[in-house]
Formats: sequence, C-alpha cells, structure tokens
Amino acid sequence: MSWLDTFQSAAGNDGQQSALVSELFAIFLAVTALFFVAVMIFLIWAILRRRRGEGESREPALRRLLVGWVGLISLTLAGLTLATWLYDRGLARAAATPALEIEVTANQWWWDVRYADDDANWIFRTANELHLPAGVPAHITLRSNDVIHSFWVPNLAGKQDMIPGREADISIRPLRRGVYRAQCAEFCGLQHARMALDVTVESPADFIAWRAAALKPAAAPVGGSAQAGQAIVTGRQCASCHSIAGTPASGQVAPDLTHFASRRTIAAGTLPMSRANIAAWIADPQAVKPGNNMPKVPLTPAELAAVTAYLETLK
Amino acid sequence: MSAVMSPRDLPRDGPELTGEALHARLEKTWSRPPGLWGWLSTTDHKEIGRRYIVTAFVFLLLGGALALLIRAQLATPESGLIGPDRYNQIFTMHGTTMMFLFAVPVMEAMAIYLIPLMLGTRNISFPRLNAFSYFMYLAGGILLWVAFVLNIGPDAGWFSYVPLAGPEFSPGKRVDIWAQMVTFTEVAALAVAVEITATILKQRAPGMNLARMPLFAWAMLVVSLMVIFSMPSVALTSGMLLSDRLIGTQFFNSFEYGDPLLWQHLFWFFGHPEVYIIFLPATGFVSEIVQTFSRRPIIGYSAVVLALVGTGLLAFGLWVHHMFATGLPRMGYAFYTAASMAVSVPAGIQIFCWIATMWDGRPRFQTPLLWVVGFIFTFVIGGLTGVMLASVPLDLQLHDTFFVVAHFHYVLIGGAVFPLLGAITYWFPKFTGRMMSEGVGKLSFWIGFVGFQIAFFPMHLLGILGMPRRVYTYPAGLGWETLNLVSSIGAFLFALGLAIFIGNALASLRRGREAGPDPWGASGLEWAAASPPAPYNFAHIPLVSSRNPLWENDGVLPVVHGLRVDDREGLLTTVIDARPDMREPSPEPSLWPLVAALATTVMFVSSIFTPWAVLVGSIPVAAALIAWFWPKESTVTPEPVID
Amino acid sequence: MSSPFRADPPSLPAGRGRGWVRLRKKRRSPFPSPSPRRGEGRERGFGVCDLSPAAEPPHPDPLPLGERGKGAGPSGTAVRRYGPIVALLLIPLLLAACHRETRDYKSDALKASDRGAAFEGNAFHIAQGQRLFGWMNCAGCHSHGGGGMGPPLMDDEWRYGGSMGEIAATILDGRPNGMPSFRSRITEDQAWQLAAFVRALSAQPRQDVLPSRGDEPRNTEPMTLDERKPIRPATPKQDDSSEE
Repeated sequence: MSWLDTFQSAAGNDGQQSALVSELFAIFLAVTALFFVAVMIFLIWAILRRRRGEGESREPALRRLLVGWVGLISLTLAGLTLATWLYDRGLARAAATPALEIEVTANQWWWDVRYADDDANWIFRTANELHLPAGVPAHITLRSNDVIHSFWVPNLAGKQDMIPGREADISIRPLRRGVYRAQCAEFCGLQHARMALDVTVESPADFIAWRAAALKPAAAPVGGSAQAGQAIVTGRQCASCHSIAGTPASGQVAPDLTHFASRRTIAAGTLPMSRANIAAWIADPQAVKPGNNMPKVPLTPAELAAVTAYLETLK
Repeated sequence: MSAVMSPRDLPRDGPELTGEALHARLEKTWSRPPGLWGWLSTTDHKEIGRRYIVTAFVFLLLGGALALLIRAQLATPESGLIGPDRYNQIFTMHGTTMMFLFAVPVMEAMAIYLIPLMLGTRNISFPRLNAFSYFMYLAGGILLWVAFVLNIGPDAGWFSYVPLAGPEFSPGKRVDIWAQMVTFTEVAALAVAVEITATILKQRAPGMNLARMPLFAWAMLVVSLMVIFSMPSVALTSGMLLSDRLIGTQFFNSFEYGDPLLWQHLFWFFGHPEVYIIFLPATGFVSEIVQTFSRRPIIGYSAVVLALVGTGLLAFGLWVHHMFATGLPRMGYAFYTAASMAVSVPAGIQIFCWIATMWDGRPRFQTPLLWVVGFIFTFVIGGLTGVMLASVPLDLQLHDTFFVVAHFHYVLIGGAVFPLLGAITYWFPKFTGRMMSEGVGKLSFWIGFVGFQIAFFPMHLLGILGMPRRVYTYPAGLGWETLNLVSSIGAFLFALGLAIFIGNALASLRRGREAGPDPWGASGLEWAAASPPAPYNFAHIPLVSSRNPLWENDGVLPVVHGLRVDDREGLLTTVIDARPDMREPSPEPSLWPLVAALATTVMFVSSIFTPWAVLVGSIPVAAALIAWFWPKESTVTPEPVID
Repeated sequence: MSSPFRADPPSLPAGRGRGWVRLRKKRRSPFPSPSPRRGEGRERGFGVCDLSPAAEPPHPDPLPLGERGKGAGPSGTAVRRYGPIVALLLIPLLLAACHRETRDYKSDALKASDRGAAFEGNAFHIAQGQRLFGWMNCAGCHSHGGGGMGPPLMDDEWRYGGSMGEIAATILDGRPNGMPSFRSRITEDQAWQLAAFVRALSAQPRQDVLPSRGDEPRNTEPMTLDERKPIRPATPKQDDSSEE
C-alpha cells in the first residue's frame, strides 16, 4: 500500500447500494458465463466434429435448435431485465429516509462540500473530503459549477452525473468503516484524472466529533511564523479565492481551507498531506497539477515557509 | 437476328459480340483516362473503393499509433511521458479517428467495392457522388490530422460533451475542428449510404430477388438505411455546437434555457446506431466467409436477415443506455434496459447460424475463417458484458470505467476489426489478383488474437477495481499497476499482429500467388468477375436463380445481354423481384466531383472562423454543382434494329 | 445438367416495357418484361439469355493479370511527386499555429519579450481571463462589458489607454474614480489574462482566438461576431458628471 492507504473498487460491499449491485453483478456474471460456455462448446464441437460425407446435412434439426435457442435467450433476458428492475427498486428503497443532508458541488477540478441543516448553526463547508457515519443513510444533492462531472464513490454506490443547470441527488448508506477514494467519473477537462474525493466512513460517535471540530472556525495561529503566514494568506492573493472561517479570507471560488490540515490530501487527492507537500503545492501548483486554476503566487522563501506553517495549524 | 453486321459495329453485347471483341469494346468504354487527370476524375467504384479502403487503413494505423501512446502512458502510475493537455488530445483523436475516419468509412469502402460485384452490376449508382464522397472524407481526415499536428487537436473526447466542448470551456478552435470534421464525414457517409441503398434496391442482377441477395448486401442495406436515419442527428447537433461556439446561440447553455443533455440525446441517437453501423457489415463479412469456408450455404438465411433488420430497428431504441447516470426518470430507464438486452437476441441468432453452418459443413480453417472464429470468441464476451451494462444498477457502477473501455473494444475490435481483417484476406485476391500468404496470415491472426485478449481483458478487471476512463494518469497503490502494465504489453503485441497483417498484405501485392477469379471456391457473383475485375466488372450481366449462383448449374453462370458496349450503361431491375426494368446510363469520369468537394471543403473549413463563409462559400459550391449536373447533349448513336 | 433457360430470346413488341421508363430514357429497352406466369421468373429466367455455356465461360477473364495491375499505378506516383511539396507547405502552418492554441498553464507567456502579444494571442489565456472576470466580480461594475457603475469595456473609448500594458496596469494598480487595485488580489499573469479578455470584449485580439459567449445569462453579441473597434482615448465630455 502506498500513501493512499485507501482503495477504490466497484466490487466492494461497503455500502448498502454497492452490496446490492455486487449481488446483481454476481447473478449476471453467472448467467452470462453459462451462455459463454454453451456457445464455446458449440463452437469447439463445430470445429472438431468429424465430418461425414456430403448429403448428411442435419439442417432441419439445427433449425429446430435455433428456435429453442432464441426462446432460451429471450427467457433469460426477460429474467435479467426483471432482476434489474427489482434491484433498481431495492436501490431506491435502500436509503429512503435520509438522516444527513449534504450538498456536493463539483468544480474544475475539486469538490465543494456543504453539510446542510435546517439550523444554520449546524451548516459548515469543507472541500475534497466527505465524512459519513456508518449505517446512517445520507442524502447528497449534486450540482456542478462548470462542466459535467460525475459523483462516484465506487465502494459505496453507483455514480450520478452532475450537470450544470440541473440538480441531481444520490442516497448512500455506508455499512463499513473505512477510507474510500472517490473519483470524478465524467471527463471534465485537463485534470479529470486528479479530481478525487476522500470519503471517510466512521462510527457515528467519531462523525459527531469530527463535525463538532469542523463547525468551529479556524483557531488563531500561535507563533511568529504562523502568524506571519496568516497575514500573508488573508492579505494577499490567497484570500480572494479561498475562505477560512474566522478570518477575513472569504473567497468563494476555491476550496475552503478552514480545517485544511485535518484532511488527508492536498488538491483533490493529488498529494498526501504533509509540510513538504503543502510547500511544494503552493510554490508551484502548475507543476503538481498542470492546468488547475490555482495560480503560482510569487512568494519569497520566507513567505512560503510562513504560509506553510500557518496552513499546518488549520487542523 | 436479321441484321448482319460485323461484331465491331454492334452497339450491344449479345450472342454475336462476345469474347475478345466484346472485352476490347467494353474496356474502351469503361476505362478512365490515364494519368493524374484520370485518377482524379474516375468514377469506377472499384478504384474509389480501393482508395477508401487504403485511406481508412492509413487512419487505422494513425489511430493505432495513438492507442500505443495511450498505453505507454498508462503502463506505469504517475507517468510523466505525456502531459494532460496532449493526452486529452491523443485519446480524443484516437476515438474520433477510429469511429469517424476508420470504422464507418472502411465498412462503407468495402461495400463500395464489393456490392456492385456481388450484385452483378457494372458500377455503383451515382458514381460521381461516390467520387465526391471520397474526396470529402479525405478532406475531413486531413483537416483533423493537420490540426492535431498543429496542436489544434480536439481535446474534449470523441463525444465532445457540452459544456466542456462549449464556448466557455474549450477555448480556441479545437472543438470547431472536431465538429466540422464530423460534418465532412457525415456528408461522405450519407452520400455512400444513398449510393449503396440505390444500388442494392435497383441494380441487382436479374433474378436476384430480395430473398437471394448475399447476406453482406442485406447487412449493407440495413446499415445504409441506418446511416440515413441516424447521421443527420449528429450532423445537426455538431452544427448546433458550432453555432453555439461561433455565433453565440444558446442551444446548450443551461442559463439561457438551453440544455447540455440535448447534446447527449442527439449525439447518442446517432452514436448508438453508429455501433451497429460498424458491426452489421462485419456480420455480413462473417456470413460470406462462413459459407465459403464451410462449403455449404448458411443455415437460417431468413433468420439472419430478420436478425439484421431487427438489430437495425432496435438500434434506434437504445441510446439512453449511454445516459443512465444523468438522472433521467428511472421508469424510463427500464424500457432502455429491456431494449438494450433485446438486441442480444438477433446477435444470438446470427452467432448460432454461423456456428451451425460450420457444424454442418466441412470447414477449412484458412486465415479468413480463423479470424471469424476469433471474432465469435471475442464478440460473445463483448456481447455478454454488453448485457451487464444494459442493466441500470450495474451500469451505474461500471459506466465510464475501463470496464466499458474493455466492452466496446471487445465488440468493436473483436466484432468488427477481426471480421474486417478476415474479409481483407478473403477478398484480397479479388482486389489485387493475388493471394495473401496463408502462413504469415495465420501468424498475424494468432499474435493479434492473443495480443488483443492480453490488452483488453485486464481492462474489465480495472473497471471493476474502479479505474475511470480518460484519465491521463493514476496514483500508485490502488492495485491498478500490474493490470495496466499487462494491458500495455498486450496492446503492443496486438499492434505487432496488425503490423504483420499489413506487411503481409503489402508483400502479397507483388509476391502473392496469382489467384484466378475464384480461388476459394466461393458462391457469390463477385467471384465470377476477373481478379481484379475489369473496369466494367462483367462482360455480360449475370442471371441469378439461387442464393449461391456459382454453386448451381454445374458452375455455369447464365447471363443476359443487350447492354450497350459503346456507352456506359447499366441494367436496373425491380426492387423486390429483380426483374429487368430499364437501362440506365452510367456517368463518365468527371473532375467536377473533385472541384465540388474542394469548394465544399473551403466553405466548411472557413466556416470554422466566420459564419459569412457559409454564405460566400456556397457560391463556388453551387457553381461546381451546376457544372457537375450540366445536362449533356445525348450522343447516342442510332441503333440498328434488332427484330 | 440441362440448362433450364430458354434458348431463343422471345421477341416482344416494343410497347411492352413500362412507359415512363422509355419516356425518361428515350431508348428502346431490349429487355422484355418477364413472363407474367407465376413462378415463371424463378424457373425459366428472363427473356434475353445467353444459354450456351460455350459462348460464355463462367469466369470471363480474357486479359492477363499483369496488365490489370497497372491500373493502380498513378496513385503511387502522385503521392511521391507531391508529397514533399505538401509537407513543405505544412511547416509554416505549424509554426504559425503553435502558440495560439497552447494550454499555456505554466505561463511561459510571462517570460516572453512582448507579454501583451503573448497573452492576447493565446485562446487559453483569454478563456482564463473570462473566468477570472466572473470570479473577481468584474461584472459587478462593468456588467458583461456593457458597463454599469463602471465604464463599458466593449466600446472604442478607453480612459486610461487600451493597450495590453495599460489595461494590465489599470487592473493591478487601480485608477481614480473607483477602479480598485487588484495587485494583492490576483497574480500578475492573471492580470494579463484579464487584460487579454478585456481587449477581447472589443475584438482586439486576432479573430481566431476570440472567445464566444460564456455559459451564463447574457444578451450581448458573442465576441466572435464583433468587429474590431478602434482604440480612442475618451473624448473629454462637456458635462463632467457623466461617467461615459
């Protein structure tokens, strides 16, 4: 295992939806494998069959067999269609009563995540990460700010396109705790490959703790370097795109940085979170993730160290 | 016969005018002028068909080279070989080239060459339109590839979803080039579809009623009608994209009540039939090859014909299965699931009939039949993964992953390219007069077949492991490294197989064994013509009384005569029964199709830059068309009366 | 096997053919209609048949193979003759097109000797400028170029100069009467991108890099249809209170 320490598999059974799909996949695999074997046996027989002389054509028998074959295919397909329909109903039922409302908005090439609630005190924003309590159905509203993206957490459920001008939604009920990698599944431009989302499924208690931390504004930095960094982040170019709750930084067009350092990765799953990687990312975002919309802000080495120190405090 | 004339003076073929004298006169009438001028102005379906095939294979090689670049990039995680911008251009060019410049044109090209021969006629209908169509296709291909070399290659994927391909997110002219290339190839494909339909319906040899038509002709009839009904959809929508990008219309702008989904509907209404437009001609090849090499007529001819027609109809009811993840109403999805699954019924019928024919016949496993066996193995896998993808819940997991990439390469390479390579081997003696080497052919098959499976089977697993398609790189640690590496090795092996195939074809052009008219002992009319056929195809129009004319009557082919020899003339027959209906003049070679194609090219290319080009550019097009269709004084010599 | 086809062509009166056929063709059809009897067409063939196998071999090929092969000759020579010329013609095209379509995300343009030309000659930079125009809320004052609280940007009048350098300076340092300084809000190359887009609003860059509409509500003509406007300094107005 590499730094990712996570996995991404459509064959996983970590959510109620993906488990249902895996069941259906098993049915399809078994049925189609039978058909494949049947056709191959016929083909190999046809190849190896010892020919007798001419005039011994079995054409009438083969014609009858064809009728039977068509009947068999049709019945099987009808069965598979029915199975599809039943499982589709099952998927729709699986998360009928959501207990958590989340809004995910896709951007080129990052995810804006907003935990919604009727009580404004419980609303908060984060980016490129999703925390879900295990066993709790979550309802996720999906939007896009620019091009078509697709929301896909393969371990938990199928995908749902995010089409600008339309609102889509998906319900997920994760079953097993773990860290899952999700990835944009619709080609969305230069950095489609590096538009990942970290999905953490944790116990409800852990989730509540995480949410309590996420609701807090960023802590004021302690120490000269971090304080200098905060001054740079809020006073220079950073703040016109990024927001950090509790500071004057309130840009809306780039990922929220309030609890940046508590995330697992930088730049939508591009780099693991570490001091060196934060510095490398800010020093030249275009070298790390070519074509992304974050500019290379000219900083002196001292300024860069200060900004890095400050961002590290944003736990 | 009362008039006594020397054979030289007779204006028609007939009992008196046969043999050398007839051939000499037909040769004179049907030959094109020599030299570059004649080369550019030819209306011979064989010459244009040959050009089409060679051009399509050039695009196959170019698209294949791009595929190798893609596989080289993906062989290792975090590869720095190709940057994201160039990679996006490369995979877009790969898909676009293969779909628009190789697969559809090569199938139509085979039909352009073979259909008139199979039907026993002297030329395709609308031969000048045929020439025009080739030049349009060539111009579209050159436009796209020159743009790619100049770093203006389209980069929004071969289906160019808006708004990514729209004015805001695809700056520059890249997507305009793509959209206009689509227009070029649609014009070319529609022209060919019209020619093929007319040829099949009106130019069959007398006696070849619909129930005696070769299965390849049936496949092409269905395909041509599909082209006519589906391609306008993409021509329309690429025009809408161009006008959104150039003149600020709002078709796809959701903020002004346009809709990005409109693009997907219109594109896939073409895009899904397109898959069958590529696949059905291949089933036609397979039917012909299976009959010849099993040495018996196909079992279940009517069932295969019904399967072809059924596939053609069903193909128009499946497009939404490309859009299961877009959030359309779920009840509606059930219909498209059922329709998508239903299309495996006709496919199953055809597979059964081919295997049954082999089972009941005495097959000779020469290279063409090997490709067919490879096709059946591969296509069945591709078809069955297709059944999986038709299921909405499975599709929601597998859509836009490498599973889908594996699926459509299994059905398009396994289902269309394998039969095509078999067909090239099979008809190569007809095209060139020489056989391809059997030993090298088998070698190319085995390397290509094994390489293909190694390249594409792991992609199924990659898709299940969650690897999305169209990523220029992927992080290490997701369990994708080994499978990707294996796949890349397989891709290079497959390319080696193809290279051997093409090397074999080129070497056989000069060194191949001379074939004679019917080297395989086949039954179709095309094998009654010389190899390669004379410009007039047949000295006399054959008369057909069964589905396998060369296997009947002890190999004697009855013919009709009475067509002019001093003027290009073909025989039209009735649509259903193929009774002789009328004689129709066939156009002389002309340079005007080329001029018209050049004028249209200028109009299309400049309309990428300014909408005024459509207005101004249509003037030269109109002038060229007027010259093309200028009525000619009839130069028919008076005919001697034959009582 | 005896031939099932009749030996002598039946002589049919000329009028038996279909009228419109001959009207269109103005020729006499030598092909009579097939026998009207049921099954006749299938069993007995059609009128004018050559029946004797001796008269016509099944596979007539009177010419030796070698001569046939020559038909394909001209194609090869044409390619050989004109190929290099075509290649030579393509090279200048190649040089001309390199820059304008590059996704210049590393901002090599910033290092160019003429930054203004480098930025406004590149479609990607203009498109990025278009996005920044929205993100930095330029439209809040200038609308989509038509002007509002701030002056219009798509006409031919420029208070503080209409060159790339002057516009970039305006953006970075601000101007009197309300234009704020963006020096600490955006980077220098973003300012150049914005300047390139601002000039695109009056169709100043070359035509083939101009953007069209954005995916947003707007009622202005796309820049691709704009005519390039002259750049004039603002005429001093009599009424000083007017803001253009």
